[in-house]
Amino acid sequence: MDGERDQPQVGVDEWVASHAERREQRTGLVGRVQDELERLPRPAFYLAFGVAAAFLPVFTSNGYIVRVGFDTLLYMLLALGLNITVGYAGILDLGYVAFYGFGAFGYAMLASPQFGLHWDTLFIIPVVVVATAILGLLVALPSRRLVGDYLAIVTLFFLQFFVTVYQNGNSVSFFGLTRHLNITGGPNGIPNVDNFDLGGLKISSLKGYFYAALITFILVLFVVYLVDRSRTGRAWKSLREDSLAAELMGIPVNRLKLVAFAFGAAIAGLTGTLFAALNTAVFSADFDVPTVIIIYAMLILGGAGTIGGVIIGALVVNVSLEVLRTPGHATWIFYVLVTATLLVKIRPWRWLVIVLGGTIGFGYAAHAIISSIWPSSVGGQTSVGGGLGTFLHGWVLHPKNPMMVGNVTFVILVLAILALTLLQGWQRRLAMIPTLCLAAFVWENRLVVEPSITRLILLGVILIVLMNARPQGLLGSARVEIV
Amino acid sequence: MNWNLFVTELSAGITHGCVYALIALGYSMVYGILKLLNFAHGDIYMVGAYIGLGIITVFGGATNVHVNVVLMLFLMFAAAMLGGGLLGVMIERFAYRRLRTAPRIAPLITALGVSFFLENSAQLILGAQQQSYNSFSWPSSPIALNGFGLPAQVRVSYAQVIVVAGTIILVIALTYFVQRTQTGKAMRAVSFDREAAAMMGIDVDRVIVVTFFIGSALAGAAGVFNSIAYQQVFPTMGFQAGLFAFTAAVVGGIGNLPGSVLGGLLIGLAEAFSIGYISSTFSQAIVFAILIAVMLVRPSGLLGRAAVQKV
Repeated sequence: MDGERDQPQVGVDEWVASHAERREQRTGLVGRVQDELERLPRPAFYLAFGVAAAFLPVFTSNGYIVRVGFDTLLYMLLALGLNITVGYAGILDLGYVAFYGFGAFGYAMLASPQFGLHWDTLFIIPVVVVATAILGLLVALPSRRLVGDYLAIVTLFFLQFFVTVYQNGNSVSFFGLTRHLNITGGPNGIPNVDNFDLGGLKISSLKGYFYAALITFILVLFVVYLVDRSRTGRAWKSLREDSLAAELMGIPVNRLKLVAFAFGAAIAGLTGTLFAALNTAVFSADFDVPTVIIIYAMLILGGAGTIGGVIIGALVVNVSLEVLRTPGHATWIFYVLVTATLLVKIRPWRWLVIVLGGTIGFGYAAHAIISSIWPSSVGGQTSVGGGLGTFLHGWVLHPKNPMMVGNVTFVILVLAILALTLLQGWQRRLAMIPTLCLAAFVWENRLVVEPSITRLILLGVILIVLMNARPQGLLGSARVEIV
Repeated sequence: MNWNLFVTELSAGITHGCVYALIALGYSMVYGILKLLNFAHGDIYMVGAYIGLGIITVFGGATNVHVNVVLMLFLMFAAAMLGGGLLGVMIERFAYRRLRTAPRIAPLITALGVSFFLENSAQLILGAQQQSYNSFSWPSSPIALNGFGLPAQVRVSYAQVIVVAGTIILVIALTYFVQRTQTGKAMRAVSFDREAAAMMGIDVDRVIVVTFFIGSALAGAAGVFNSIAYQQVFPTMGFQAGLFAFTAAVVGGIGNLPGSVLGGLLIGLAEAFSIGYISSTFSQAIVFAILIAVMLVRPSGLLGRAAVQKV
């Protein structure tokens, strides 16, 4: 049987075969539950998510948690929109956040004392959404004939241009003349933005905005779900896979690309209005490159092109970024994640024992030797208290002045991790031991001290590592190219 | 007509243009061979500038250099080019190589991640604040200020002369390398048709590594050039320079080396004149407008040939 399977079989699709095999293996209770879950229609999952999310403000009165929930919903909306452009149509839109900012500034301009306009919310939202979609069309038009790569950089440039406009839109200097035309408020942004007023129903509390965001999200989710299964959705995926073949099938490739781009932009614009209304002020700094990277990390982590993956990606990334703000929590997350990865990835079991035990032993040994030579290498503070703190104090060196040595070891750590990818088998596992100790040292002495930069570095790492190791995201299944 | 302003902007434009041209060359070479937009290219330029700063610091800091300035300049360029080149090769080896056959979007996202990683690592290690080359002296006052007189009371600093002369030397060396050496020939072959080149016995991997090394070394040199002329170094300096250099490469025709130099000079001049005559805050918008205009009117660039899509 096994020998037969190894033979190349003409006419048998490899993917179909492996898929059938996976289905066969599902036995017992877990397998049956999995099968039943797969049979449920997707919207049931979305509804379950919506119901679960709706209870969040009921269970907690902590404003911070509700606020993080609101932000996560906004990111989910943004990731859904970007999923259409990048995940379905396969267009790399790096200026996506400019549309988000356009929506926020659009709402702020039409509903604030900035120009003395206080339009009806129910009127502003469609206006802003349509305007953002048109802006998206205008950006995509010039590069429609070109290869996709150009569009990526044109949109990146467009984002930078937009940020400049937001930042300098309070005084315009042209041909040596300076005019103080206050359009975007410049670096001060637009303050005193009106709250949502939905036909008499005023929303002014954080809880209210959470529900507004949740309802918007569920609505957008269903629209995206329907579009996903429509003729247009299928056409998008076909041009993502092979635009040439799609064109030969009679699919209007250019028009569909523009539609996808504008559709994504419109969702971003809609999200922007929610953002502006809750914060009651908009600043240009919120709509810059780091935000784009965050949204991309969400999309990639969950798996671009799948709705569920996008939701989970946004949830995981935003919540972890929030947790990383506090050094104590961040340290816990770091060690738990590293240990969990080792537990999952290293087999056979004896190697797991060797690596974990070796790491702990190596740490203690290095600590004992180095601290006896340089007593000043243990005078610093641990990032976390309690039992973990005591353990770390004895295991990882904490020099009194960690800045310089932390920087140098950071570079060494990056090089060591790169070298690790070149090794194979037992060599890699043995080399892991000192690398893990080094990672703990760098984390304790440098990374945890600067959480805001560490967050951004980790986002970059997510993009690089996932694209190299699992381009389909953590949850997606790999597409098998059948030639 | 105000000749002083005109000549000042002209010289500033040519200096900036040389820097953009050097970065654009690397962009163009990598794109020509891998069809990959290396977003991290601008950050290699940033790293090159910091390596130059490191050399200055090693030799006693900006104000009291205790070695011959010519020797130090040489060391700065050698270190920045070597460091930039090695960084480029490492990026290719560890981030891009596995993705050569992946869908187009995967290496682009990776490149974005690499760029973000480098920028923020630099911020972690070197600090977010601007640091200054605060130019070393030659013969007695800082080279960024001291220089020759031109008509209309304009002074051209020695630093600007070094930038222009250095760029010319590097471009001639590159042209010689690409046109006359065997590796250069292999490079052109791979850029023309990678598969056919591999079948002819060309070691494609080696050619790609060499391309990344040379392109990134040019970016590293550009970082030092920019910093001796304009002195400021900061972790995000590569972002805008990268965008402008990309525009330069597109304007000249991406994949075309003389085109990149021409495009770089055009973008540098456009930027300088729009700062001088129109608006300093929106010079970026003008470069963006040029990019859009070129893509609408001549998508293959000024010197590029129209790309024929092969199936």
